[in-house]
Amino acid sequence: MSGFADIVLNVNNLAATIRMATPIALAAMGGAFSERSGVVNIGIEGMMLTGAFCGVLGSYFTGSPWLGVLWAVAGGGLVGALLAVFAIRLKADHVVTGVGINILASGATTWLMQVIWKRKGASDLVSGLGTWSVPGLRDIPVLGTILGTHSPLVYISFMLIVLGWVLMFKTPLGLRMRMTGEHPEAADTVGINVHATQYFCVILSGCLAGLGGAYLSLAQLNWFSKDMSAGRGYMALAACIFGGWNPIGGLGASFLFSFTDAIQMRMQTAQIPLAVEIIQMIPYVLTILILAGAVVRSRPPAALGKHYESGHGKK
Amino acid sequence: MENITKRFGNVVANDAVDFDASPGEIHCLLGENGAGKSTLMRILFGLCRADSGFIYVNGEPATISCPRDAIALGIGMVHQHFMLAERLTVAENIIAGSEPRRHGLLDYERARQKIAEVSQRYGLAVNPDAMVEEISVGQQQRVEILKALMRGARVLILDEPTAVLTPPEVDELFSVMRALRASGTTIIFITHKLKETMEISDRVTVLRDGRTVGVEKTSDATSDGLVEMMVGRSLPIHDDHRAPAQDIISLELKDVSVAGRKGSRARLSSVNLAVRRGEILGIAGVDGNGQLELEEVATGLRRPSQGKLIINGQDVTGFDTKRIRDKGVAYIPSDRLKRGMVSPFSLARNSVLGMQHSAHFSTRGVLQEDVVREHAESIVDLYDVRAESIDQPIGSLSGGNQQKLVVGRELTRPHSVVIAAQPTRGLDVGATHYIREQILASRNRGKAVLLISAELDEILELSDRIAVIYEGQIIDVRRAGQYTERELGLLMTGQRNGV
Repeated sequence: MSGFADIVLNVNNLAATIRMATPIALAAMGGAFSERSGVVNIGIEGMMLTGAFCGVLGSYFTGSPWLGVLWAVAGGGLVGALLAVFAIRLKADHVVTGVGINILASGATTWLMQVIWKRKGASDLVSGLGTWSVPGLRDIPVLGTILGTHSPLVYISFMLIVLGWVLMFKTPLGLRMRMTGEHPEAADTVGINVHATQYFCVILSGCLAGLGGAYLSLAQLNWFSKDMSAGRGYMALAACIFGGWNPIGGLGASFLFSFTDAIQMRMQTAQIPLAVEIIQMIPYVLTILILAGAVVRSRPPAALGKHYESGHGKK
Repeated sequence: MENITKRFGNVVANDAVDFDASPGEIHCLLGENGAGKSTLMRILFGLCRADSGFIYVNGEPATISCPRDAIALGIGMVHQHFMLAERLTVAENIIAGSEPRRHGLLDYERARQKIAEVSQRYGLAVNPDAMVEEISVGQQQRVEILKALMRGARVLILDEPTAVLTPPEVDELFSVMRALRASGTTIIFITHKLKETMEISDRVTVLRDGRTVGVEKTSDATSDGLVEMMVGRSLPIHDDHRAPAQDIISLELKDVSVAGRKGSRARLSSVNLAVRRGEILGIAGVDGNGQLELEEVATGLRRPSQGKLIINGQDVTGFDTKRIRDKGVAYIPSDRLKRGMVSPFSLARNSVLGMQHSAHFSTRGVLQEDVVREHAESIVDLYDVRAESIDQPIGSLSGGNQQKLVVGRELTRPHSVVIAAQPTRGLDVGATHYIREQILASRNRGKAVLLISAELDEILELSDRIAVIYEGQIIDVRRAGQYTERELGLLMTGQRNGV
């Protein structure tokens, strides 16, 4: 195989796509939960970064990467709770709060990294999660190369995404979330606790973004580096919208974004007479084009970004 | 409910109100806008808390601090603005908050069964799998009623349920209400419409200014008596002394069409209308059948894709709104807040909106404040606008007083044509009566009036001729006396047969 086919349809590309898509898809699912309940979550980026940091921190102090993953989930959830308090309880503008959280997360993690490891730029190496090689699956030709050997978080994430979809569309709690984001007053009048539902969703959103962050720092690399989320939180938000505020749709969108990224990397190594800068632009241009098309058609939850105050909450 | 008091800031919405309803009765809660009807019912449903007072359900004292409490006590409420998520299905809206489950998951199958069961019992047909945004307003209301019934409501509060319905839909609603009454459900029917009160209710409680002014059996009550209780005075009969209608056409639409969006049908198609001096031409129709487009074309806000607009014999198609107004068009817009006034501006400023350029009010581009104030004062006097001062923002007035100022401004301008679109929408009985009188007075002075209204009563009360609009077409025009109300109702829903 050579030329186009080699660059685009290479199986290694597909394996790379899956690797790169996983953290974005997790964070996109987080975004979907938050926004379905009516809270805009620009803070995904910061939650992801916090997760990446806490993951390394946990692994560093306990020696166990799996405990690190738990720390990451907890850290992301904590930042989620912070957004929730500002956006729901204090009725701050969701977008401004989210941007604030991103700046806070970037500053705090960089500073703590310097305090703990006395290094600028990156933390010490910690023990990572390694990879799983699924017996049976890895031996199938082609499919084995694509799916057979990955970080355990990849497999866990896929399961979580399916579970997330079930939660959102097949359970009473999911219906309550959607009702809350569409029409909080209607939810209130049928006895749904609007604010509790939103808190739950935003914290869950933080946990999922934190897990995505742990993937960056404990599965792809084995250390934390300054601002290592590098805009993936924003890409996740784009994937969330493109995927129609649906965990599985978000996974599909993440695949698409990551696939273009994989091709881009491959093109850089192939002998193509194009400036590297142009090639590096491709995924972003494609993302913009896709989103421009998708955003026109997509309709966010009706009460997204609005504050709700019930009349019976106070005298 | 006993001795209920509720204040919002300085305003007392409910002042020691007593209210009771018995099982199996349709009880009308009658009163003008702002009389405190909705507040009282919101307290009963747990949407706001009373400052003082007691609630008893089936004789037992009850504490209702949130809707969940109310639902548990068998109280259900259908709100004026529906509490439905547009992009969830009918079934999802009905079950949310009390979902049937199986293994922790939603059990849609059982939900559908239960919905089918209840909807059959009371004649409330709905399609559980349709998206709420795809069904008609009448159907949405059924979904709301089902929602309450499925939660075991024995007391059903309906907040102005007929405001959004067409006459045939009102009839359907009434038969559902009778079926519910027969099954022992108590219905509290909030309204300000007398005719409906007399038709459907067993008893009626009248509220005025937050106080209970009377409780009567409907069979013992008279319309006039109820009006007097609601308004606090009796309403004079309209003055019918009028200039004879003349056969001179002031406003004419010739073959006017307004194209719809690509692929959808035209908003207006080949509309021909002529309004003569000294007559009111009423446009009857269910909201959303082209009334807004008609209003916009007649005032120059929208250029028709085809056809002509002729005012006093002159073709003014394509003229901008200022030039059309200068031809003598007074305009009472359907959307008062958006088009009739600027909420944060003072009454004085609002009284010259659209005339600020005229030589009378400004000299060399500077507003003559004293002339403007004088003008505002005279409108406030003449048109009975109740305000503390002409310097307060118009947005702080009640809807009725806002509308009086708008009407006053438009009718004091030099004009020969009046376009009145939904002129009494959302207004209480007193203000409605007043505005209608002004419209009649305008006709009696020989003006040509185009009255666009979704209120059938208003059309019947005021019009000399009535045209029915349906799906952008004028499907019938007759002299006012030549329709029965039933015929009009049928025509408005597009049924030409049997009329």
